[in-house]
Amino acid sequence: MPSHVTETQKEKFDKLDSFICQNKENPGSLIAVLQEAQNIFGYLPLEVQKKVATGLNIPVAEVYGVVTFYSFFTLEPKGEYEISVCLGTACYVKGSNLILDKIEKILGIKAGQCTDDGKFSINACRCIGACGLAPVITINQDVYGRLEPDEIPDILRKYREA
Amino acid sequence: MEIFRAHVLVCTGTDCAASNSVEIINTFNGSLIKHNLEKEIKVIRTDCFGACEDGPVVVVYPEGVTYYRVSLKDVEDIITEHLINGRFLSRLMVKRSEAEAELPVNVEETSFFKKQRRIALRNCGLIDPENIEEYIARDGYQGLAKALTTMKPADVINEVKISGLRGRGGGGFPTGNKWDFAAKQVNETKYVCCNADEGDPGAFMDRSILEGDPHSLIEAMALAAYAIGSKTGYVYVRAEYPTAVKRLKIAIAQAKEYGLLGQNILGTGFEFDMEIRLGAGAFVCGEETALLRSIEGKRGMPTPRPPFPAIKGLFGKPTILNNVETYANIPVIVHSGGAEFAKIGTDKSKGTKVFALGGKVNNVGLVEIPMGTTVREIVYDIGGGIPNDKAFKAVQTGGPSGGCIPANHLDTPIDYDNLIALGSMMGSGGMIVMDEDTCMVDIAKFFLEFTVEESCGKCAPCRIGTKRMLEILEKITSGKGELSDLDDLERLAVAIKAGSLCGLGQTAPNPVLSTLHYFKNEYISHVVDKKCECGVCKALTNFFIIADKCRKCGLCAKKCPVGCISGEVGKTVFEIDPAKCIKCGACEEACKFSAVIRK
Repeated sequence: MPSHVTETQKEKFDKLDSFICQNKENPGSLIAVLQEAQNIFGYLPLEVQKKVATGLNIPVAEVYGVVTFYSFFTLEPKGEYEISVCLGTACYVKGSNLILDKIEKILGIKAGQCTDDGKFSINACRCIGACGLAPVITINQDVYGRLEPDEIPDILRKYREA
Repeated sequence: MEIFRAHVLVCTGTDCAASNSVEIINTFNGSLIKHNLEKEIKVIRTDCFGACEDGPVVVVYPEGVTYYRVSLKDVEDIITEHLINGRFLSRLMVKRSEAEAELPVNVEETSFFKKQRRIALRNCGLIDPENIEEYIARDGYQGLAKALTTMKPADVINEVKISGLRGRGGGGFPTGNKWDFAAKQVNETKYVCCNADEGDPGAFMDRSILEGDPHSLIEAMALAAYAIGSKTGYVYVRAEYPTAVKRLKIAIAQAKEYGLLGQNILGTGFEFDMEIRLGAGAFVCGEETALLRSIEGKRGMPTPRPPFPAIKGLFGKPTILNNVETYANIPVIVHSGGAEFAKIGTDKSKGTKVFALGGKVNNVGLVEIPMGTTVREIVYDIGGGIPNDKAFKAVQTGGPSGGCIPANHLDTPIDYDNLIALGSMMGSGGMIVMDEDTCMVDIAKFFLEFTVEESCGKCAPCRIGTKRMLEILEKITSGKGELSDLDDLERLAVAIKAGSLCGLGQTAPNPVLSTLHYFKNEYISHVVDKKCECGVCKALTNFFIIADKCRKCGLCAKKCPVGCISGEVGKTVFEIDPAKCIKCGACEEACKFSAVIRK
């Protein structure tokens, strides 16, 4: 289970604090700090952004500007299992949009959303470079390749019951 | 040193690792101990070998026999049959092209490898990327040693100029000239940067080099730093490539331990150190000025050039920025000489280029070919042709900045200038093959969706213009297009190309222009006949049941969410009412006899 599920808020902020201290002298460390913050908290709510801004001594607006610029950062919490469907060209010509349709249909949510029980979220992602396995999806760290839409229900069931 | 009678190379690149190759290594090691062979046979974890379609790949040396799609239960057979009894396991050997008369024994004899010439990928799949000594054994760091002890910085630049190497990230700017500009700047602080933010969908050569041969990048950046007079380097890597980052970190630590990075390198007094910066998912950061802003921790927005980064780049200092594949060529150029490198390729494009061959082609994977190889050779000889006997329609190169090359240009020799003349571009090397089932209007829309989402929003032609183009394409694919839309698309495209600030906007209309040029008939059938011949654009597709194929089972009617399919089970052929059909495709999916088709 990712650490952001088990730690308390205070532990998380302490962890972030010490990372900021180690890195604040390093020029241009904002993105690295935000990446670590997202690792710790799972997403970047405003209070975390404020903390980063104070720690690095830069305006919150600048932090917010960077957070919203890059697709890696998210302002919303993600599901316990994040399903990333690769929509890179190689996957697309091999029908990854049909895979995405199927997942959306089964879970009843659209890409970018999270199920009500917080179990799954869907991310329509850019090429992950596993083009030999097209079409590809990843669920957290697990990779599933050469998929057919028919295989999706069984794959999702594994995680739903986990 | 221990001597082994055989080596088993197992690829653990992203594709193969996803198919269990790490488990395969563990099983091999366990089994070898069981057979008492662990002192005779060594298992080596390598990285991407290029034959990604048929992973996990295992190569057994000294014979060089390649086994494809190896599973855990095959491991025991490879050991008992091949390594003990000396008989090759033909069931795991694959004929990857019609051209091969029989099963190829040595991997280098296969048609997939025969036409390739591996310079940038020279070590990928052959060495353990986490062991610096294996890199050194393959002439690694020889170029750096030669430069630091026998060459002046200007000599290094001169070799690179003689080699004729041009930027492999897409633009094709002569690398030697770029270095020369930076070298001529008088400044205490200069930076050497590497663009490993491989954002082009369908391109993964940079990832493979980072994962399979990270030391070649470190050596090249040290050489570049020596050439221009820099002490600090940054590698900007996508966060989506965790394995690449891990391998590069290990390699940097090893190079420091061996005195090949840090202070007083090889006892010559030369000093160079490097740092990894993770990208955060923004395609525009492939543009050099945007990438440098991102290393600075800011929003990755491009700035006007001039000033070029070689004059005023990272933190306002002279900076050179090259991509991974460009750097991977440098150690070879310095070690063997630029003239040797320049013997390969065409008049204006020297050396080789790595392509990530993907899409509708039999052998998906990484291929490195000498410049001047034709598209046909890549798709048919190396790629093994199109699966399922479908007809070739086009290859797409250059990703969202590039265009399509149709069948009548299959014999074009690939180099920078020929691709531009065809309305495409080299790009970073994605090469996606498309067959008769690929709708070119839909592909143009796919790339436009990508650019609209990735446009940074700084300049109006790109931010607003690409959005308007996408709206027109959506109108066309939903069946509401008019002929005048095609003219509007072209007018907008020309304006966006002329008016955008950076490379992203200047090239964003290319996929539309190129498909309009070569496949205008498809646009016209979408607009005039309201038809998508490939059955891709849903609004223009109708579902039919072929009477002859229908077995009257009624499964389609059961699955139809709107009840638009009628018929009597076992008695009559089923029919779809097109007026009620919502084109969801559930019937097509349900039918076990392929009786449902789209037209």
